[in-house]
Amino acid sequence: MITSEWVYWFIGLIFLGYGAFAFADIPTSKRYGTAAFWILLGLSFGYGTFVTAGTAPAWVLGIVVLILTALVGTGQLVTDPGKGPTQEQQRAGADRFGNKLFVPALVIPVVAVLFSTAIAAIMIGKTPLLATGTQTLTGLAVAGIIGALVGMWMFKVRNPIVPLREGKRLAYAIGWALVLPQMLATLGTLFQTAGVGTALGKIIKVIVPSNSLFGAVAVYCVGMMLFTLIMGNAFAAFPIMTAAIGYPVLVLAFHGNPAPIFAIGMLSGYCGTLMTPMAANFNLVPAALLETRSKYEVIRAQIPTALVLLVCNILIMWWVAF
Amino acid sequence: MYVLIGVLVVILGFMLRVNALVVVVVAGIVTGFLGGMTPLQILNTFGTGFAGSRSVTVFAVVLPVIGLIEHFGLQEQARRLISKLSKMTPGWLYALYMFIRQGTSAIGLMNIMGHAQTVRPLIYPMALGSAERKYGERLTPTMRERLKGMAAASDNIGAFFGEDVFVAVGSILLITGFVDSTYKLKLDALQIALWAIPTGLCALALHVGRMRLFDRRLDRMAAEGAVQGSRTPAAAAQSEEQH
Repeated sequence: MITSEWVYWFIGLIFLGYGAFAFADIPTSKRYGTAAFWILLGLSFGYGTFVTAGTAPAWVLGIVVLILTALVGTGQLVTDPGKGPTQEQQRAGADRFGNKLFVPALVIPVVAVLFSTAIAAIMIGKTPLLATGTQTLTGLAVAGIIGALVGMWMFKVRNPIVPLREGKRLAYAIGWALVLPQMLATLGTLFQTAGVGTALGKIIKVIVPSNSLFGAVAVYCVGMMLFTLIMGNAFAAFPIMTAAIGYPVLVLAFHGNPAPIFAIGMLSGYCGTLMTPMAANFNLVPAALLETRSKYEVIRAQIPTALVLLVCNILIMWWVAF
Repeated sequence: MYVLIGVLVVILGFMLRVNALVVVVVAGIVTGFLGGMTPLQILNTFGTGFAGSRSVTVFAVVLPVIGLIEHFGLQEQARRLISKLSKMTPGWLYALYMFIRQGTSAIGLMNIMGHAQTVRPLIYPMALGSAERKYGERLTPTMRERLKGMAAASDNIGAFFGEDVFVAVGSILLITGFVDSTYKLKLDALQIALWAIPTGLCALALHVGRMRLFDRRLDRMAAEGAVQGSRTPAAAAQSEEQH
């Protein structure tokens, strides 16, 4: 059975490769810090397999996480992607290959779809070929590999180092933002265990208007948004806000229909996701990928949509659930 | 209530523009101590949290192929292709992309598009191409920045307000799982998914409307940029700072 751990090991190997490039490509003494960052990151993707299985101590990985942060915090990580393809090179490539250039890019969605549908249905005896819940993840990884192979074949590139070096260029441009989503997930766990959610829930409970239906709906939706702003994730906000208002006030006291209340409550959380740097994988990583001047460029574009949709959510919930 | 100091650390850190990675780790350590955890427990949480969330970094596997085709001129070709469509504007392109992203997410195909797979190699270069054709020399660096931000925003908005229409998505399973086990309700996942449709339609209508305004805003910025460009470079730089 193929599990997502295979994917993580493969990614780990890629990161080790990026670390090796640091020695070859970076002329300054920062080559050591940069190499250390990518190599530790690569190793942690493999070591993580044993941590999730409970067969290796997690604190070792905890220390690695602190070292990665220290490397970034002291400015040891080079984020300059180095020379990309020149305008002339890109024009020459477009002249030569034309629309064929889209083929490897289109291989990615096609393979990803095949994996989440057809290949996910393949069984070997009684166990599925792809472990349950990881089909799309595995699909994306295989799509990345097949896409690279198709590209190498089309462009007559023999050396696998070439795509790896191109990947390095993009990865260096993203830099430390690449690991930020994982760190934020960890912070969410720490918030949860330390009781940040319950403390915020207590504050929310005090301000819920008990006699106004519209007020209670508004506090639930706005609360979901604010909580998500802080926690970076609507999934973390949902149980807390639902325990504080959603269920006791909206469902029990005002006899609301639970399905639309919870569905729209969650979507109100998404309005928060659009506005917070804590949701780094949606907001900061794309900014890094597109090499924006301000890392808040994506959030800036999303704020109007988030606020208007929040109002829509409040009105829809008020209208359909009661 | 003291545990909320960790939240304060995050807010202050982001406001003071300290490196986000450092802010997050410091906030985690502070919160852990205030919550009564030992240093070993905190380290263990960092380890398990990091290992358990490796799936968010999986998008990195497409970087080599994307980098490879960019090297051979993908962005250039995306520009050329779009500049043949003389009616296409950045706003219309983004509205169309958001619609497709929302539709495919609604049938459960979340991973076929994304910032690494489609936005950077295809959507942003196409929008840039149509903007270059439309505005030519008047395309300012600030306009490019707005184009980048809106490209990623179109992806996020489409994905967020499409995925919840699909029954087997994480958030719906979380809702039914949490509510059914905590309050002994029997909620149908399909019901939850259906109630995501009204907001999804609002998001679509709103984005299409915003994209029409976005085109007009680009028109205005191009006109202002042309005026600025005729002044001395120093004066242009000064007014740039005031934005």
